[in-house]
Amino acid sequence: MKKKLALTLTLTVTTALLAGCSGGGNSADARVVNVCGWGENIEPELIDQFEEETGIKVNYQTAESNEAMYALIKNGGANYDVIVPSDYMISQMIEEDMLAELNFDNIPNFSLVDDRFKNLSYDPENKYTVPYTWGTLGIIYNSDVVKEDVTSWDIMFDPAYAGQTAMINNPRDALGIALMKLGYSINTTDENEIREAYQLIADAKNNGVYQGFFMDEIYDKMEGGETSVCTYYAGDYLVMYENNPSLRWAVPENGSNWFVDAMCVLKDAEHKEEAEAWINFITSTEASLANMDFIWYSTPNKEALEQYPAYYEEQNGEPLDPALYEVMAAPQEILDKCESYLGLPEETRTLYNDLWNELGI
Amino acid sequence: MKNRLSLLAGPYVVWMALFVVAPIFLVVIYAFSSAGGGFTLDNFAKMSTYWVVFVRSFELALIATFICLLIGYPLAYIMAKEGPGFQRIAMVLIMLPMWMNFLLRTYAWMSILENTGLLNQFFQAVGIIDLGNLINGWLNNLCAGLNDLLGLSLNTARDTNMEYFKMINTSGAVVLGMVYNYLPFMVLPIYSVIMKLDHSLLEAARDLGASTGRVFRKVIFPLSLPGVLSGITMVFVPSVSTFAISRLLGGGNELLLGDLIERQFLGSAYNAQLGSAISLVMMLVVLICMYVMNRFGEGEEQAVML
Repeated sequence: MKKKLALTLTLTVTTALLAGCSGGGNSADARVVNVCGWGENIEPELIDQFEEETGIKVNYQTAESNEAMYALIKNGGANYDVIVPSDYMISQMIEEDMLAELNFDNIPNFSLVDDRFKNLSYDPENKYTVPYTWGTLGIIYNSDVVKEDVTSWDIMFDPAYAGQTAMINNPRDALGIALMKLGYSINTTDENEIREAYQLIADAKNNGVYQGFFMDEIYDKMEGGETSVCTYYAGDYLVMYENNPSLRWAVPENGSNWFVDAMCVLKDAEHKEEAEAWINFITSTEASLANMDFIWYSTPNKEALEQYPAYYEEQNGEPLDPALYEVMAAPQEILDKCESYLGLPEETRTLYNDLWNELGI
Repeated sequence: MKNRLSLLAGPYVVWMALFVVAPIFLVVIYAFSSAGGGFTLDNFAKMSTYWVVFVRSFELALIATFICLLIGYPLAYIMAKEGPGFQRIAMVLIMLPMWMNFLLRTYAWMSILENTGLLNQFFQAVGIIDLGNLINGWLNNLCAGLNDLLGLSLNTARDTNMEYFKMINTSGAVVLGMVYNYLPFMVLPIYSVIMKLDHSLLEAARDLGASTGRVFRKVIFPLSLPGVLSGITMVFVPSVSTFAISRLLGGGNELLLGDLIERQFLGSAYNAQLGSAISLVMMLVVLICMYVMNRFGEGEEQAVML
């Protein structure tokens, strides 16, 4: 009898403990918001500041890629409120009815967002998203090795730099690069065009142009001089440049991809109001400035974008190199040449995936 | 008494059911279902395009296992023969790398093997790369001569202007990564089996006039086979399914099974069904390999007993 009692007690205590651990999210008085972003993609002090100002606790988690985050949500393995996917993933999620419409009355700071970042193709009526960061995809090269002026995507397939070039390791960007080199749209659904682009990469690979296919490993390789030519994102170039001043950045003349990562709220989010409070806070000019200074991806907040060079000088005691500012916040005439990714139909996505696997066989 | 003791196994049974049996069950269900949820065998039919990846993965894993055995057996044997002080130090040295994160260790190999990496810098400094160029030049001349004399078509285009040896982003680097990471799993089981060998058997063999070599061949080696078999299993299985190593050291040029499966779940087209089907087939092939090997091992053990 005693034993039974002890057992019951233990069980009760354990259950209570477990319930306690699994997040006060369920209790009414403690306000929480679960945010999922990319690694190194937020100024951590902003989280403390938000918690202090509003009393809402932020559980900040990170995902490795759009696809990994999507898989996690799809499997029910995550209880995020706010997520920060990229444009093409947003349109896919809207299509699959995974996002909640935002109540913009709770997000007055949305008015600070530059008009050119509103109503973009992934969310034409701007019902679901508030942009977080934006930037361009471009060629990063080592000026000690590459003496020519880089103006086109050709260099990514140039045998002159065989064994010195690295291709990006995700199908959307890699096939996108090849499509742009061929002069096709990066959002094409024409199977022949996509196959032609694939062939371009496969040939270059078979001719030994590529050292390999890399994502974040590329930081070390570019900084250390192991790799001389690669394609990566503007904000990341600035980090590499800080560690290796021989590196240069080029957005090809016939255009590139420009991307937007935007904050959205999941349809079944438990803390929608808190989520909107968070989005509003992050969109404020002060937060945008601090964030931009930390992650070096540019903000869609118009004021913050304009004030950033002055803010940089104030924070770092030296003026911001205008060339670097231009990399960070590409001027409109460059953006005009660029195209953003749209969500692709299911069969095209499958084609991308099949081709990408084929490349590794 | 027996009942009460078996209660102690309860937590583990629950653990197994939750984290081993249930997931396998899920994998099987996924593997046989279509995206819509109905029963289908399409996932397996689709897999035929990937047989190259299967062959490559098993090939590289076999090579890595063989090299581990080649290095691991003598190491374990020597360790077991030495005094306890040496054994302790050797054990710490073998275990030490395992206290560090697996990805970190593999990352470190990246900077060692790169074209501008530590090893190539060292080769450059001591002139090994120049020597390589020189030898390649000689070989080219020699082959050209032979081609002229005998009408052969030997390769005369060896590179004589190398600035580095290409090591990173090759399958060799992937095998190296596997050997480095999984070697302890080969050494430890062999070592513990040799340590526990009945010394009276060795003495008896020597008393009956067997030479040292013969004692090893006829007594020690057969008796250490169980250790060898479990070592092979413990190296082979993770090698077949590895994925990070091939990406970091192989440059993502040639997919391995692990990469292929990962891509189905985290890639651009989420396809848990195909991913599960590949996993299932891989598990089956590994199981068959293990079964065949253990049958072979059983026979050996019995032969020794008799």
